[in-house]
Parts: sequence; structure tokens; C-alpha cells
Amino acid sequence: MSDMPLLRVNAVSKFYGSRIGCQNVSFELWPGEVLAVVGESGSGKTTLLDCLATRLAPSTGSVEYRMRDGQFRDLYRMSEAERRFLMRTDWGFVHQNPADGLRMTVSAGANVGERLMAVGDRHYGNIRAAAADWLGRVEIAADRIDDQPRAFSGGMRQRLQIARNLVTNPRLVFMDEPTGGLDVSVQARLLDLLRGLVSDLGLAAIVVTHDLAVARLLSHRMMVMKDGRIVETGLTDRVLDDPQAPYTQLLVSSILQV
Amino acid sequence: MTELATYNFAYLDEQTKRMIRRAILKAIAIPGYQVPFASREMPMPYGWGTGGVQVTAAIIGPNDTLKVIDQGADDTTNAVSIRAFFQKVSSVRVTTKTTEATIIQTRHRIPETALQTGQTLVYQVPIPEPLRFLEPRETETRKMHALEEYGLMHVKLYEDIARHGHIATTYAYPVKVEGRYVMDPSPTPKFDNPKMHRSPALQLFGAGREKRIYAIPPYTEVVSLDFEDHPFEIQTFSEPCALCGARGSYLDEVILDDKGGSMFVCSDTDFCEDRQSEGHQGHLSANPAQADTHAAGVEK
Ligand SMILES: [Zn+2]
Repeated sequence: MSDMPLLRVNAVSKFYGSRIGCQNVSFELWPGEVLAVVGESGSGKTTLLDCLATRLAPSTGSVEYRMRDGQFRDLYRMSEAERRFLMRTDWGFVHQNPADGLRMTVSAGANVGERLMAVGDRHYGNIRAAAADWLGRVEIAADRIDDQPRAFSGGMRQRLQIARNLVTNPRLVFMDEPTGGLDVSVQARLLDLLRGLVSDLGLAAIVVTHDLAVARLLSHRMMVMKDGRIVETGLTDRVLDDPQAPYTQLLVSSILQV
Repeated sequence: MTELATYNFAYLDEQTKRMIRRAILKAIAIPGYQVPFASREMPMPYGWGTGGVQVTAAIIGPNDTLKVIDQGADDTTNAVSIRAFFQKVSSVRVTTKTTEATIIQTRHRIPETALQTGQTLVYQVPIPEPLRFLEPRETETRKMHALEEYGLMHVKLYEDIARHGHIATTYAYPVKVEGRYVMDPSPTPKFDNPKMHRSPALQLFGAGREKRIYAIPPYTEVVSLDFEDHPFEIQTFSEPCALCGARGSYLDEVILDDKGGSMFVCSDTDFCEDRQSEGHQGHLSANPAQADTHAAGVEK
């Protein structure tokens, strides 16, 4: 791990009129670190994710990212072109619904290759080889490379979405309920795969989930949100095994009863 | 149709023409960029080249000579009616000769005879947005153009190669204009793409239904998109034109009889006839009955 954080979040708030989306959120994310943001629906975790991933401008506060040249840049002071370039090179975003992150009428190979083409790769053979390699890494059979994700199962679609995001070797990946729509057995396999990829590649990730089991398996550290605020933060095992905030205690115990 | 005589020169009122000319000037200033304009109703249905007709109407003057082609031919229904329209509403000179024309309105072809300084080629465009088929959201395609995010164009070519082993796109083959905007050259065959590159003529594109005008000024760089290991290539034909013997012109297959007999002839009828009048011959040119079939065939 580097001696500098990758992301610095300073007092980020988002208001919708008088309603609070998220309020006064500050934290740092380090290279290779996986942070889970946990809460029920309406807790503000998705609003926070959107603010971090430049999908939604915060009302106040700043989000700084350490670029590959080592310089911190305020994401909301970058031009839109710079932000979009960052999003398709150094970042990934894994949507809960794979259809939101894939081109459903384009082959699996082209779905993976698109980012390479977007950054100027103009050699078909190399693009295809990289796509084939990535399909293998997410356990999609090589002979499915020319099939459209429409023909894929939910679990395969999600793995394809992950490959599409990772092909440019991003340093930071945002995940929004990455196992949300999947059967339990499929979820387990995907979580194993994600955990392996994240540690092999040394990825930093921010994973938004309502599922404490996902947080337990994937994350090093977690933040618990309620009503737009962080109510507890700490190492994942510590928070889950010895929750301090009353709300976290309630959350952990109610999950354990399920 | 004598009441047409009461219309303004070239049908459109002067205010509308000025509006279209402003769009054209902006398009020339930003080569390959699609400029929105307030497309007017024309006395012909969309799909008949109302965009091209409006561009021509906005730029044509009494001293111009107009040529209209459809699929390379001057004598198809679409070309004949557009030419007749301009004769009625502007009484300009018309011609079928590429070399005599100052304005050539076209659908689906660029003439074989190299265009010259001072000539203007007006394309009729059905769908101006090259990214449309992969990204249906107009707000997103505009952003992609603005930010020069053209990876998606190569996704389309990638899909071609993955499916067919080569880039199978033969019409409306995307180009990059002056190193900046990716542009749809309208449904011309990719055979014609190289003719757009550094052409001395002004090239204007009008899309009536979609309300867009774009342009390639003279001597502008026009590069067809491709991959390093699958470079852009134009169509080639294994035989010369059956009527004029030309090699290296774009050929149409013309059905000769109901037993499946056919011949390949230049799609550019003016070019072909010129060559024949200069004494060039193809292997079927001696037979006048076949020549008649040619004329009928291109009207298909
Ligand atoms: Zn010929």
C-alpha cells in the first residue's frame, strides 16, 4: 500500500431541497482497500456513492482523487471530459443491474473491448485477445465471446460487467449492490470471484450494500449509514463482531436472526 | 402547375434561405459537425431528399447549373422529379454532365469524374448520426461528439469483424473529418469514401426529417475508420463495365432476363455514357438491345 490515500472525501453533503441525501461524510480510501458502505434503503448510501463516482454533484464538500501522476484533483473542479476519461480508464462502476452497465446488443468481446477502443487501441487482434483473456478471468467460456449478453444468465452478465470494467486496469472500482439481483448460490460464486480479483489486482473498491454478508466477505473496512449520516465506521470484523452504535447493533442482530 | 410560378425563386422564402445559409456557414466552419436547422415542409415526402433539396434551394442562384443523381443515375424517378422541381421553381439550367454542373445533388453516390474547385456536392441524408445505432440517446451522442468519445464507432467495426471476419460495413461507412468529428457520409458506398478526402469541391449534407446540416469544406481531410490489422478497403470488381469497359468505377448488377442473366455496368450513367461516346467499349456494348436494358435497369 502507498503512503498516500487514493480518495479523500471531505464533509460531503447532498440535499434535495430540505431533504437530506447524505450529510457531512468524510473519509479516506487507501490503495488496495475495500470499503463497504452499509445501510438500509433510504440510508443515503446510494446518494453517497453517486457523489463519489461523479454521477451526482454534492451540495457541499469535496471529493479529491489521487491521479496516476500523484496529484490530488478535486473531482468536481475537473472538466466533464476529464471526469469521463477517468471513469472509463482509472475507475470502474459495477451496477446492480448488469443491463445498466453493459451494451446488451453488442457481443461479450466488444463489451469488454470497448474501453480499450475508447482509449485508442486500434488493433483488432490485440483487443480480441485482451477480451478473451478477461472472459477467462471471470470464468466465461471462450466460445461465448461473440454472444450477446442477452443470451447470458444473470450471474454471467454480472461477471461480464466486471470484466468490462477491469480491462483497463483501473485503480478504483465502485460497486452498487453487485450481487443484488442474484440467487444465493450464484451470489457466493460471484463474491469469491470478486474477492480474488480485488486482491490479485490490488484494487481499491467502494461497495454499497444492504447485505452484511457481502460486506463481511469483500471489505476490509465498513461504514454504517442511517438517515444520511455515518453512525459507525471501523474494520469490518470489528464492526460486525463488536458493534458500538445502537443502530449497528440492531442491524447486526436483525441480520443474524434472518 | 403554373401556380408554382408565384413561388419565390427556388421555392423557399428569402428568410428561410438565410436561416439555412447560416446553418451551412456554421457547418463549413466546423467540418463534420451536425448543425441543427429548422427544416421546412417541402412539396415532397421525407425520404425524397427534402434535406438535400432545402440545402440546394438555399445556395442555388440563377447562374447555376444543376445536376441531380440517384444511385449514380440522372434518369431515376427521384432524380427526375427533383430536377423538374428546380426547373419549375428557379428556371436554372440543368445538366446530366458532371463537368458542367455547379451544384450536384446526390443520393447514394459521388460521381466518378473528379469534382473541381467551384463545384458543390449536396447529399441527401436520411440518418445523420453515425452513433445512432449503438447509442439511441441523442443527449448522449451529442456529448460523445462534444468530448470526442468515439470508442463506440470502433465497437461497431469490431462487431463486423467478429461476425464476418472482415469489416462488412459497405454503405454509410463512418469517417473522421479533419481529425475531429466522426461523420456519416450518408448511404454512399464506401467505394466513394476516398473521393471525399481533400476534394476540391464543397460537400454539403442535408437531413430533412432529422433537421441537421453538416459539411466538408474543400481540401478537408476525410479518413475512413479502421483497425491497424483490418485496414479500410474499398470494394473491387472482378470485371470491367460491360458497356464502357471501365475498370475502377463502381458497378451495379443489372438483370438482363428472367433466367438469371446479368451484367455489371457503371452506376454513374453520365460517366459511362461519356466513355462510350469517346469510343470505349465493354464486352456487351455492341448490342443496342442490351444498352436499353441498362437504362431500364438503373431505374429499379
Ligand atoms: Zn461504364
